[in-house]
Amino acid sequence: MSGFLVRRLATILPTLLFVTILVFGLQQLLPGDPAVALSGEDRDPSVIAYLHQKMHLDDPLPVRYGYWLRDLAHGDFGESIRIQQPVLGLILEKLPVTAQLASMAILIAIVIGVSAGIVSAVKKDSIWDYGANLFALWGLSTPNFWLGIMLILLVAVKLGWLPASGYVSPAEDLRANLAAMIMPAFVLGNSYAAVLMRHTRSAMLQVLNADYVRTARAKGLDERVVVLRHALRNALIPVITLGALSFGELLGGTVLTESVFTIPGFGKLIVDAVFNRDYAVVQGVVLFTATAYIVLNLLADLGYFLVNPRMRG
Amino acid sequence: MSATADIASVPRERSPAQRALRRLLRRRGALIGLALIVFFLLLAVAAPYLAPDDPLKTNFLLVRKPPSGLHLFGTDEIGRDVLSRVIWGARATLLAGLVSVTIAIGLGVPLGLVAGYVGRWFDMLISRLSDAMLACPPLILAIALAYTLGPSLSSAMIAIGVTYTPIFVRLTRAQVLAVKVEDYIEAARAVGNSHLRIAVRHVLPNVIPPLLVQATVSIATAIIAEASLSFLGLGQQPPAPSWGSMLNVAKNYIDNAPWMAVWPGLSIFLVVMSFNLLGDGLRDALDPRHR
Repeated sequence: MSGFLVRRLATILPTLLFVTILVFGLQQLLPGDPAVALSGEDRDPSVIAYLHQKMHLDDPLPVRYGYWLRDLAHGDFGESIRIQQPVLGLILEKLPVTAQLASMAILIAIVIGVSAGIVSAVKKDSIWDYGANLFALWGLSTPNFWLGIMLILLVAVKLGWLPASGYVSPAEDLRANLAAMIMPAFVLGNSYAAVLMRHTRSAMLQVLNADYVRTARAKGLDERVVVLRHALRNALIPVITLGALSFGELLGGTVLTESVFTIPGFGKLIVDAVFNRDYAVVQGVVLFTATAYIVLNLLADLGYFLVNPRMRG
Repeated sequence: MSATADIASVPRERSPAQRALRRLLRRRGALIGLALIVFFLLLAVAAPYLAPDDPLKTNFLLVRKPPSGLHLFGTDEIGRDVLSRVIWGARATLLAGLVSVTIAIGLGVPLGLVAGYVGRWFDMLISRLSDAMLACPPLILAIALAYTLGPSLSSAMIAIGVTYTPIFVRLTRAQVLAVKVEDYIEAARAVGNSHLRIAVRHVLPNVIPPLLVQATVSIATAIIAEASLSFLGLGQQPPAPSWGSMLNVAKNYIDNAPWMAVWPGLSIFLVVMSFNLLGDGLRDALDPRHR
């Protein structure tokens, strides 16, 4: 276990380092002098000179990267120009909202996607299989911001069942919080459910033809036990890994979903930052989501390691 | 019967490409996808002739009018004809999908080819950089890139193209690594072919089938990405029509002018679905494991 963990961590560190190079490189491509942008409308030369010195703007590029990396290692992601607050603090403040949205979306996606995948594989070439495949095609082809707008029209405006937008903290009112989050979570989980359905179907089809499933059937076990206890347990292993690989798409999707439903998570934070030309925040969100994605993939690998006895051997 | 007649009666051997095409054309889903793609391409090319109205012409007497005989898809918040804007919007969307994937292939295939073929430090560098880019959620990376380049349709296309490049680097590299140990590559090297010739003449053709499938599926996701960037105000800039930016405005009028959101969204869905159907069909036709 420790050997596997060490090997896996050894691949993560260079990837993270390259992510920082990428984000720092993007920052250098921005037009204009950041010190001038920060100096306010007066553009006082003494302020600009001070900012140049403070931000090491006159040092060579590798030296500036070194300073920037050192700050990052100390949790200093820079400061928002508009709100004048540390970027990491802003992200951490918005994180619970996005984490709730993403968790609810994943739950919805697993329930819909995995069940549809199982039914589709067990009843291959039946009307259920075609239905599930059509659902997957729909999920993969629908832009989630359009689905969001259409659901607001149908569920909120026409039927009046749920609020159209807004956010209530769960600590304040859990019921109102769930009512506000269920529609965005469904929208966000929709395409993820399609991805999970396809992975589950293909993994189940392989497993259902395996010898041990035939043996389980030959023993006279109930078909439900064969499918859920014998086949699904093994089929879920690749689904976990492939599902984790698509997690980046889900994180990206939060940007649009939060924008449509005006949910104050970090997806909305990056959109607002783009409009306010607040690069430190844009950069912070990219770094944070990339790190989160890498860590989640590591956890998925660990999950794979734990559920697959052959890897432990 | 003469020997010549015997030979003539033997069915002519088809090339692998011809066999793949026949398999593709036997799939109903792929055919529907192909037909819809051709339809939208024609719409985009013939937009000046097909659009009933000028997509930019405003009319304050016709603000947010529901669909009617005069304006089949209704009018928008400043009285422009939604149908004409949807037809013209097909240009931006299809162009963005095709150009961004061309950029991704143009950068990714040569880099993956060289990384896989040359190996050593160059492979290490390119692979780590690809991993780093793949670690960033694609839309968030595209937002950061489009923001850096300044909001416009070209910036969005470059941003999406660069974001998708590592997918093609990985695909090409993996294919090259599998092919370069084959005997026929060894034979090509033994008869004195240059590295460049081996890479282009013997390695590259093996990369094309999976590349074709990936390109088709990537066009579908690139179209959603362009619509997303335009929806966020980072792609096509108003007043030029694009389906994403039309939805951005439409969301503010959803309770009293829903037709403004229905048609551009439905168009994105249909185009993306067509490329997904074609991609699935190509995968089945080209990949022996899916047959």
